[in-house]
Amino acid sequence: MVKKRLIPCLDVRDGRTVKGIQFEGLRDAGDPVALAARYAREGADELVFLDITATNQRRQPLTELVRDVARVLDIPFTVGGGISTVADVEALLLSGADKVSINSAALARPGFIADLSRRFGSQCVVVAVDARLVDGEWQVMTRAGTQATGRQAVDWCREAADLGAGELLLTSMSHDGTKSGFALELTRAVSNAVSVPVIASGGAGQPSDFTEVFQAGGADAALAASIFHFNETALPALKQYLHAAGIHVRL
Amino acid sequence: MEIAVVDYKGGNVQSVLFALERLGAQPILTADPDVLRRADKVLFPGEGEASSAMEALREAGLDKVLPTLTQPFLGICLGMQLLGLHSEENDTPLLGLLPFSVQRFAPDAAHKVPHMGWNNLLALQGPLFAGLTEADHVYFVHSYYAPVGAYTTAQASHPAPFSAAVQHGNFHGVQFHTEKSGAVGTRILANFLAL
Repeated sequence: MVKKRLIPCLDVRDGRTVKGIQFEGLRDAGDPVALAARYAREGADELVFLDITATNQRRQPLTELVRDVARVLDIPFTVGGGISTVADVEALLLSGADKVSINSAALARPGFIADLSRRFGSQCVVVAVDARLVDGEWQVMTRAGTQATGRQAVDWCREAADLGAGELLLTSMSHDGTKSGFALELTRAVSNAVSVPVIASGGAGQPSDFTEVFQAGGADAALAASIFHFNETALPALKQYLHAAGIHVRL
Repeated sequence: MEIAVVDYKGGNVQSVLFALERLGAQPILTADPDVLRRADKVLFPGEGEASSAMEALREAGLDKVLPTLTQPFLGICLGMQLLGLHSEENDTPLLGLLPFSVQRFAPDAAHKVPHMGWNNLLALQGPLFAGLTEADHVYFVHSYYAPVGAYTTAQASHPAPFSAAVQHGNFHGVQFHTEKSGAVGTRILANFLAL
């Protein structure tokens, strides 16, 4: 049986891991290479690395840093941030990324998802969706969450999967960094709407949040940053907790 | 020991190179038939789509070279599937070294496609799995699979059993990513290098 995955996320800016609340007020969380190695050692099922300044500054992700992380990592490694061309993806895969996460470029040009899927296989195309609850509806945001797109989250997730996304990274901006739990209804709605795996992101604060997102939310994987970076919940303890709660995890 | 990694401009080979380097090897990335024939071990990491991978192999002349290799050979992921006869993925004829036809998983509410994530290995046989048990997990990501047959050396289930690993003579294949499967994957790679 395939296990539920726990995925630490490294938001990287200028070569350092940072973490904010609802995408703002960043604080330093350390050296990404050291953190990546630590998480792999502690039983992380995968690692996501997001260059969070890339889109707004139109800068290429830092392929050297990707290479340094990939060199020490023996678990799957997804890289995102500012990816807008096939050449960007090729450079990241050559540097040792296993998957890429695309967001703004896919919203601007949905055919980009199909292009990447054909060229590299859907297994390495993760479409990241940043959603914000506005007047009771989950709206898709773009450009690091700064602009509304007018799209509904579930519709866009379905379209992305149909175009060839191999996985969806679904972030609730309304929950990001708040430690108030994941967006369960949104996660469940998306998980029911698509046949590809869904990674829930945004809001992890305590171990029971993960139980809920796997059970009530129907997530295949859960991504978190703050609780891991700041040593609030260690991965091995979280996995033991989930195992005891009847969630199938890799121990 | 010379370890060659087949360069067919298709998959992400860097992870495999890094994994071999972590084991102290110095792999050579090559499409040169002479280098491949001379190597002590050959690894063939594959990712992407079957028909374009076969096309890339044909362009490099490797579709004729790979089946003639006599040293231990390890196909990874798509690199394992290509050892079979035929793939349902775009109706593609494969290298024909092992008698299986590659099929697509049918998703249901509890079993998504791609089969992505960590799954445990079942019914382990043979030298690649020395030291491992059915409690050990490896990382899979694939939408197509080889059914279980006489050639199967490990199984996994999603939800029905399929071939997680295959072998025929010197040709070994693993559906999962040894290079991304933590300590378990490292052990399998080390077992392969020790063949």
